[in-house]
Amino acid sequence: MAQPARPPTGYPSQNGAGQQPYSNGPVQNQLMHSSDGQGYSPSVPGLYSHQTPAKVPPHQTSGQYNYSGSQNVSQLNNYQGPGQTLNRPPVAPFSGSPVQQTGPVPQVLLPALQNSAAISSAGSFPPGASPPVLSNWQYSQTPVSQPVGSQTSHLAHMTGTGSAQPPSSLSGNTNPPGNYQYAASPGGPPLQNSYMKPGSAPPPVTQPLTPLHPPARPPLGPPPVGGPPLIRPSTLTAGPPNTQSLLNSAANRDGDATSAASDGSVVQNSYDAIEGGGLMATPHPSPAPPNLKMNRSVGYSYPTLPPGYQNTSPPGAPGMQASALQYPDGSKHFHQPALGTNHLTASMGGLSLQQEGLRPVNLLQERNILPMTLLKAPVPNLHEDIQKLNCNPELFRCTLTNIPQTQALLNKAKLPLGLLLHPFKDLSQLPVVTSSTIVRCRSCRTYINPFVSFLDQRRWKCNLCYRVNDVPEEFMYNPVTRVYGEPHKRPEVQNATIEFMAPSEYMLRPPQPPVYLFVFDVSHNAIETGYLNTVCQTLLDNLDLLPGNTRTKIGFITFDSTIHFYSLQEGLSQPQMLIVSDIEDVFIPMPENLLVNLNENKELIQDLLRTLPQMFTKSLETQSALGPALQAAFKLMSPTGGRISVFQTQLPSVGMGALKSREEPNQRATAKDIHLTPSTDFYKKLALDCSGQQVAVDLFLLSGQYSDLASLGCISRYSAGSVYYYQSYHHKHNPVQVEKLQKELKRYLTRKIGFEAVMRIRCTKGLSIHTFHGNFFVRSTDLLSLPNVNPDAGYAVQMSVEESLTDMQVVSFQSALLYTSSKGERRIRVHTMCLPVVTTLSEVYLGADVQAITGLLANMAVDRSVSATLSDARDALVNAVIDSLSAYRSSVLSIQQPGLMAPYSLRLFPLYVLALLKQKAFQTGTNARLDERIFTMCQVKNQPLVYLMLMTHPSLYRVDNLTDEGALNINDRTIPQPPILQLSVEKLSRDGAYLMDAGSVMFLWIGKNCGQSFISQVLGVPNYGSIPQNMTHLPELETAESMRTIAFISWLREQRPFFPILYIIKDDSPLKSSFLQNMIEDRTESALSYYEFLLHIQQQVNK
Amino acid sequence: MIAPGIPRAAPGPPGPAAMAFTFAAFCYMLALLLTAALIFFAIWHIIAFDELKTDYKNPIDQCNTLNPTVEKVKKIKRVKIALKLVLPEYLIHAFFCVMFLCAAEWLTLGLNMPLLAYHIWRYMSRPVMSGPGLYDPTTIMNADILAYCQKEGWCKLAFYLLSFFYYLYGMIYVLVSS
Repeated sequence: MAQPARPPTGYPSQNGAGQQPYSNGPVQNQLMHSSDGQGYSPSVPGLYSHQTPAKVPPHQTSGQYNYSGSQNVSQLNNYQGPGQTLNRPPVAPFSGSPVQQTGPVPQVLLPALQNSAAISSAGSFPPGASPPVLSNWQYSQTPVSQPVGSQTSHLAHMTGTGSAQPPSSLSGNTNPPGNYQYAASPGGPPLQNSYMKPGSAPPPVTQPLTPLHPPARPPLGPPPVGGPPLIRPSTLTAGPPNTQSLLNSAANRDGDATSAASDGSVVQNSYDAIEGGGLMATPHPSPAPPNLKMNRSVGYSYPTLPPGYQNTSPPGAPGMQASALQYPDGSKHFHQPALGTNHLTASMGGLSLQQEGLRPVNLLQERNILPMTLLKAPVPNLHEDIQKLNCNPELFRCTLTNIPQTQALLNKAKLPLGLLLHPFKDLSQLPVVTSSTIVRCRSCRTYINPFVSFLDQRRWKCNLCYRVNDVPEEFMYNPVTRVYGEPHKRPEVQNATIEFMAPSEYMLRPPQPPVYLFVFDVSHNAIETGYLNTVCQTLLDNLDLLPGNTRTKIGFITFDSTIHFYSLQEGLSQPQMLIVSDIEDVFIPMPENLLVNLNENKELIQDLLRTLPQMFTKSLETQSALGPALQAAFKLMSPTGGRISVFQTQLPSVGMGALKSREEPNQRATAKDIHLTPSTDFYKKLALDCSGQQVAVDLFLLSGQYSDLASLGCISRYSAGSVYYYQSYHHKHNPVQVEKLQKELKRYLTRKIGFEAVMRIRCTKGLSIHTFHGNFFVRSTDLLSLPNVNPDAGYAVQMSVEESLTDMQVVSFQSALLYTSSKGERRIRVHTMCLPVVTTLSEVYLGADVQAITGLLANMAVDRSVSATLSDARDALVNAVIDSLSAYRSSVLSIQQPGLMAPYSLRLFPLYVLALLKQKAFQTGTNARLDERIFTMCQVKNQPLVYLMLMTHPSLYRVDNLTDEGALNINDRTIPQPPILQLSVEKLSRDGAYLMDAGSVMFLWIGKNCGQSFISQVLGVPNYGSIPQNMTHLPELETAESMRTIAFISWLREQRPFFPILYIIKDDSPLKSSFLQNMIEDRTESALSYYEFLLHIQQQVNK
Repeated sequence: MIAPGIPRAAPGPPGPAAMAFTFAAFCYMLALLLTAALIFFAIWHIIAFDELKTDYKNPIDQCNTLNPTVEKVKKIKRVKIALKLVLPEYLIHAFFCVMFLCAAEWLTLGLNMPLLAYHIWRYMSRPVMSGPGLYDPTTIMNADILAYCQKEGWCKLAFYLLSFFYYLYGMIYVLVSS
């Protein structure tokens, strides 16, 4: 068999991994992998390692690879829901039903044929069982274990439009039970788990593989009329048949509990689609030179459904129904001739999409829509090879993974189009390229990326502006493989996230040294809180960990009604304090030695940090001259740029920037008339000056009283700083805040930092950027000025479709962040994301990413509440749900059904919006203090999406009965994975213990009748009554329960850069109200319950 | 500049001149000249925002040229309104509205009232700012605001051009009719 042989032309991009460890897979995989164990992309390292095995004889003999002599080997799409399939045992036998042929005649499958491999290829395929397949299957998955509950049914439909295949041949191939058939094509992406099918010429098979789950479902076999098959519009011209397989994942990765329950078998959830495209075909129908790369990069967009979209089975008859549903549609699909023409396939695809992926969910009837595991980003409906290279959704995410072709279509969908970025996220693996020339498009300056197409070896076509560029000589040589003439295998073209070392053209001035200036409030009020001790001690502990090099500089300023500078001149026995009392016209008392080299003056600095807390203990000065102090800090920093960290404990009262208290305690309830806008533009202007001099200001506000964060926050907002708020900080009265400050300050001091940064976001011609959200200054339509960039900052961008994207299969977005690292290197971090373009409304809904939409809406709502009023913003949020659902109802749903119908992708939309409405930033009522509200708004703007979602809609777990079933295994630690519960008191039981993870804070609620064993073995106290009131730590006990609980909590904590405090609360704890406030599905005094909210929406939608 | 000259003319009684050169005619002539200046301002405004949109200029610089800068006002201790577009435009327009009021040209005044009201509203609803000015560099890059400002520029240009010809007509009409 032809197996080992690769197609002569070489199949660079896809197969590259094996040959080229660096540039292709592994790196990327690790990268992707880094964040959490859950596989983000199906291509995990394991994948590659198995590549080889896949080619070795055993498999061959098993007959799973089907190398028909056909030139056109089909390609497959392998969509696996992240993390779903892991460790699962293969599902019960399923029958592959071979379907076939061009003819519209769907082949009837006999149930008897179960397990039969549906694949037959022209002659070459030895019918046989293929046990090894199984293993393959599993390897392709990320090694994450799946929570028990969820499962998926696997329904694959492969349709081939090739010649009709005699049924007999099909039947010949049987797989042993439990196997999936694999048809592999030689050049194919070595994905196990892939269904490949020989494409055009020799008669491919069309095979709807319908896994049957014997226990629960009867074989649904016969007419494989399965619905889900989507047709993907292939750009191929002529005839490559389009095949696809869809795995119908019953449970989808979201873990649809119901379906799981119904058929006990675990199913893989992978989503493979076969494509009988010419992708690997040697004689390629496409006019272009036989460069496969090109094919890969352009134009194949396959509307396959991510698993999440499928199988939205109503609780009633889960599995059956879902699969049954698919069948009818499938027949259509089979009938469809494999037209190369894009148009037709697309429309057909739309059809089937509509029926399956868009299967509406009646929100009023289906209560259990909340997935049991954390919701993953939908996988863009791209060809698997492109998707494999696509940017990690944690870094770059789009609200609509199917981009509407025109603005009109976008308007019709009533969903916001935008990107959510986390560009400077800590990555454990990041390919870094050092090269004297960075290859960029000559006209739009796009960096070369995996989605460009190579016309031939010497020319590439930009995927953003479509200009054809030359490949520079240097780029021809691949440093990784040391091969000349393979520009398409360079790491730049193999990684969607990459970092370049920038040469001197990218510098306006020599890279600045890291400069840190700390500005402390030392008025009487500040000393009272005792924060200075904590901060100085933390700083002292982390002095050596400050990111930097030998050039690092540091300085200190303190202020009350005057400003104190500290000279740290070398040779002084102790720091010298210089007081400037003219706060109207601040000046710098001495030209140097106020900012000193950290390494050379470490002792003096340590000395200062030790004495500083004691220096002002007798101060009676109550005034605070924050404005002048900031001006002084700015003057001090402006020659170099750097970071100013300001610690403020009260309302600034003297000098420039003095503020008046605007909060009226009795009025904070009313939604109108609260002061969300700054009262002065002093801080904004100062921030812009800072931004111009590459200075960022981070504000730590530790205040018991109102401090007008709306005005103060501007200093950080426009200088790309961050805001931290510790309400009612006091070293004795509020020890929890002290710990929080310590942990967060430690992270703040030691995290990575980029200086003098700019970020530019480019997108394919036709799309344009509408608005940016986050902390920065917008310097031009697509350029953000970020004096500092930190790994904990997220950004959002609203986009609009300016020109229609006709004739485009895909669009790309690229963010390029140019910054100076703390080591003084100029670097560029580039992320590129590629998404398909669609023409119908149903596909737009299909690709909606509900979390990203919620995140973007939250950002827009913050803007709205500042520019208009809070109630406007709240109305706008509700209207967003109403508009999108009524647009869906009127334009997509053909049959008007009663109830509130939502597309499957948006089933959580009302819930998330309700959660936003109940969040501190947007809630009504007296609960939120003004500063707190504004701080939450700052967080909405500045947090990466993951944390924003947790903050908005916390996860609730029951932890008193943790088991190792379905647990993750990371580094020999077993981490239990309890299912996520709905946020409703109804889910709480008095005899349980529940953990609520709200991002920056966690609550462990202990029910009154909680099992004695939990109380004694996890909390380490004898009984419920003796649980201390302010318990924030779990003791490390030697019991299994304790270890499990602690493993789970620390696993949650490790996933985020900040440190969530754990509050252990009982029924009578004062914090119980904040715990219950997060129960967003319940009714509160001023807000609707989830069901009431749905009714309200329904009323509006049906109007 | 022009301003000091006008008050001198204003108190002058609209006495019947030999050539029927009435105060109304004078108003029209003045308005004609000033409108020419406003047209220039409007064009400048359009170009400025276009530049901003097409990325040639830094918004800080842009807003500083569009807004009279505070520093300048402070440094030059006179209350000299920096001739920086927005405010002068509003003042000029308000000025000849007052002139028409004095000249009892009700129709012309009526035609100008909407713009005058718009100017007042626009200035009242400007972002929080310590100095005079309308544009906030941090929000101006927002596509909606940018588009609004551009549209505003074009509308004003059209309005000033039309009113230019109207004043020309009005002046001749007044001269001839009297």
